[in-house]
Amino acid sequence: MIPTLQSIQTAGWDVVPILGPMLIVTLTALIALGLDLVPSAGKKAHVAYLSLFGTLCAMLLAFVFYDAVGESQQYVFADAVVMDGFALFFHVVILAATALTILLSLSYLEVEGIHYGEYYALLLFSAVGGMIMAASADLITIFLGLETLSIPLYVLAGFNRANLKSNESALKYFLLGSFSSAFFLYGIALIYGQTGTTGLRALANGIQGGAGVPVLLLAGMALLLVGFGFKVATVPFHMWAPDVYEGAPTSVTAYMATAVKAAGFAAFLRVFFYALPALEPSWQTILWWLAVATMTVGNVIALVQTDMKRMLAYSSIAHAGYVLVGFVAGGPRGVGAALFYLLVYAFMNVGAFGIVALLTRAGSAGDAIASYAGLGSRRPLVALATAIFMLALGGIPPTAGFVGKFALFAAAVDAGQVSLAVIGVLNSALSLYYYLYVLVVMYFRDPERAFDEPAPAGMQVAVGVSAVLTLWMGILPGWFLDLARRSLAALF
Amino acid sequence: MPILSIVTFLPLVAALVLLAVPRRQESAIRWFALVASVATFLVSLAIVPAVPADRAGFVLVEDVSWITVGVLEIRYHLGVDGLSLWLVLLTTLITPVAIAASFSSIETRVKEFFVCMLLLETGMVGTFLALDLFLFYVFWEVMLVPMYFLIGIWGGARRIYAALKFFLYTITGSLLMLVAILVLVYLQAQATGGAYAFDLLPIYGLEIPRETQLWLFAAFALAFAIKVPMFPFHTWLPDAHVEAPTAGSVILAGVLLKMGTYGFLRFAMPLFPEAVEAFWWPVMVLSVVGIVYGAWVATVQPDWKKLVAYSSVSHLGFVMMGLFSLTPMGVQGAILQMVNHGLSTGALFLLVGMIYERRHTREIAAFGGLTKAVPVFAVFFMIATLSSIGLPGLNGFVGEFLTLVGTFSSDWPGSRWVAAVATTGMIWSAVYMLWLFQRVMFGPLDKPENKGLADLGRREVALLVPVVLFIVWIGVYPNTFLGRMAPAVDAFIARVEQGRIASGPGMEASR
Repeated sequence: MIPTLQSIQTAGWDVVPILGPMLIVTLTALIALGLDLVPSAGKKAHVAYLSLFGTLCAMLLAFVFYDAVGESQQYVFADAVVMDGFALFFHVVILAATALTILLSLSYLEVEGIHYGEYYALLLFSAVGGMIMAASADLITIFLGLETLSIPLYVLAGFNRANLKSNESALKYFLLGSFSSAFFLYGIALIYGQTGTTGLRALANGIQGGAGVPVLLLAGMALLLVGFGFKVATVPFHMWAPDVYEGAPTSVTAYMATAVKAAGFAAFLRVFFYALPALEPSWQTILWWLAVATMTVGNVIALVQTDMKRMLAYSSIAHAGYVLVGFVAGGPRGVGAALFYLLVYAFMNVGAFGIVALLTRAGSAGDAIASYAGLGSRRPLVALATAIFMLALGGIPPTAGFVGKFALFAAAVDAGQVSLAVIGVLNSALSLYYYLYVLVVMYFRDPERAFDEPAPAGMQVAVGVSAVLTLWMGILPGWFLDLARRSLAALF
Repeated sequence: MPILSIVTFLPLVAALVLLAVPRRQESAIRWFALVASVATFLVSLAIVPAVPADRAGFVLVEDVSWITVGVLEIRYHLGVDGLSLWLVLLTTLITPVAIAASFSSIETRVKEFFVCMLLLETGMVGTFLALDLFLFYVFWEVMLVPMYFLIGIWGGARRIYAALKFFLYTITGSLLMLVAILVLVYLQAQATGGAYAFDLLPIYGLEIPRETQLWLFAAFALAFAIKVPMFPFHTWLPDAHVEAPTAGSVILAGVLLKMGTYGFLRFAMPLFPEAVEAFWWPVMVLSVVGIVYGAWVATVQPDWKKLVAYSSVSHLGFVMMGLFSLTPMGVQGAILQMVNHGLSTGALFLLVGMIYERRHTREIAAFGGLTKAVPVFAVFFMIATLSSIGLPGLNGFVGEFLTLVGTFSSDWPGSRWVAAVATTGMIWSAVYMLWLFQRVMFGPLDKPENKGLADLGRREVALLVPVVLFIVWIGVYPNTFLGRMAPAVDAFIARVEQGRIASGPGMEASR
């Protein structure tokens, strides 16, 4: 019953594997927009359920196609879109993050009083943008995906119109995002100017490394680095992240921290490992420094945070640094580890932000970590889930976070980057201080509030699924590691 | 019959079952935890006859592929031999004792407490049985979080500081060890041209260049030295021991510290023999410093628990010294001393805890003349004291004697001096223990709060009896325990000696 690539092609639908999930999500978004127009006495739940249904269908389909596509790689739409395991792997990750976000959004938006149907449409459009980024074979397509990913997010970040911080976050994101998109575009222009093409495959074949790499090319590469660096919030392009993450509605933050990073890294990896491997000597050193700076700055600043969302924002920055370690390690092991880490990270982080969303009270001023005091005694299951996510983010076995970090550092050591592995490991130890602080507050302090917010089914499912998967991928990671490894077949 | 898996995971299963029990049923929770840990002990007894007394090698081996992806090959590989046998039994004995000791002292969050205790037991037993580097690392780390909670939730006044210090200190060391493991596996893969296999046994035969050995040994040794704890990485210990609840201290002193020495025995020393040679003097010096310094600092402690904590630093100095002597007597004595320390210091912490439950103070000055008030307690305390001092006839003497003689008779240049200085340790331990005993138990019973102290109840006597039983058994007839160790110890020494370049006079170990 699982369609093989052969069978789809003989039917003439050679683009279905890559286009199918995207089309489903777009269609769902459009229907959601339409459905929202139907007056229904304020009940936006159907829009949400529709979006969820569409996302899950698309995710399932993407997964089936991932198996069908296997190790092949095909360029479609005049070399603008590539259809391979790498793209479909990221489609699954992005859609999983989106689905979990939708589950969280339902009741969270009610609490914040901003439950509009457009939210879901915007989220889905953004997801499509991410999927385009992951499946692009041309720099222009990446840009297209980047904008489709970002513009709905600018709106979503400011969705809480009455909240000053939300407005600030939207404006900051928009301004800085536009700037970085401009950098990105300029980089594309320079590369086009030098090579006469923007297609990744043509670039891969055309660019020779060694001595005498044209300055224009290096400049273009550097500008691309800036653009990508902004999107995935690496140091020194990270300044927007804490403010934007803190101000945006928590469910949007969950999406931003996971799906956007995944999409950003997908394009990042593809451009640098597929199109520009000849320039590796140039960008590997830069990325080494970027990785070290990102991990260290992210962890050090997170140490002094008192707001939960800001702390998680800085921790996100630090985790982007860990993924960069996989970058620097390079090769199938390094990139495979980065892919696995992005998968694991999506679930850990959605879970963590999900907890924040779960505990948000209407009209509360923020999410200070201190307000979680005594959660362990009042709501043991919620506290347990939080503990699992904190320990996973810190990299303690038997959680998936540990296996992810293990894979990354193993790849680094394998590539001879032992000092990077040592720095990464010390950063992990450092990060545990602030992750444990959350545990301290939850379990070792007396409760200061009643914690009687109801836990709606959607949130329970989202947090529960994330927690279970975090543990599952930590104890039996083989299948998931293999998933990441197989998707690299076409790239290496 | 996968006995080792059962012994490792039975506590975990019990902990999961406990999660489902409603928290109000405190009595049921306590008894269930006790029954589960006693059951684990009984199952672990089945391991003893399986370990032969005439040849080395692992028995009851379970070896299943766990994570095989691409070039990565991680196996679920458990096995026991003469080196780990008694440590596993120590763990499975101490845990029910500690659980029984917590029956009356833990009143809040009872369910979580016993869940943590059982999770901890799984982590500890797993560490001693794991023969795959990844699996070992996982169990090593798994054991940190329950201990952190035990100290942080049910501990004393400065518990959060102590718990955090314990956790961060330990994990920094272990994360560096992780990098060393990764490098080691990388080297193994290069040498065999095959998969990145984390299995320990093939790596034993790996030829590693001397320079690399030094770094790898340093990374492993750091992680283990923090755990032992060796001077100067011991500063987390007094805080952790003092602030932990009684059961926490018993487990910490009784078992967790042994994981450090076990790490040296199983990993650091046999894998990097040339580094053993290079680091011999620093380790010996630090061990002797630990013995003497630990004892001197213990002598001046006003807090009873802190005194016992520093005595741990002192006693484990003997263990490290014995390990690095690389003589059969020294190493056997070291392993036996690991068990002995678990029993005697465990007993001391249990006894302190019992008094603390009654008087809510650990200040030595607050006591005096307790022999008249609590005679049964006095008897047990005397036995534990004498065991700790190393009085012939009890377990402490056998361990200390073997390590000292082993070190003295070792062929390493300078061993005699090391042994001579270390022997004074027996005098210092007598000083602080006997002075403690005198201040607390003898003298006039002049403080009114002490006069009405209740003596040990049946439960308390019942949990002390097994500990005392082994204290006496090991002291009177240690061969039961030494016998099964001997072949594995000989194999260990041979492996370390084999890997070293002969670079000095008389490198053959004396027999």
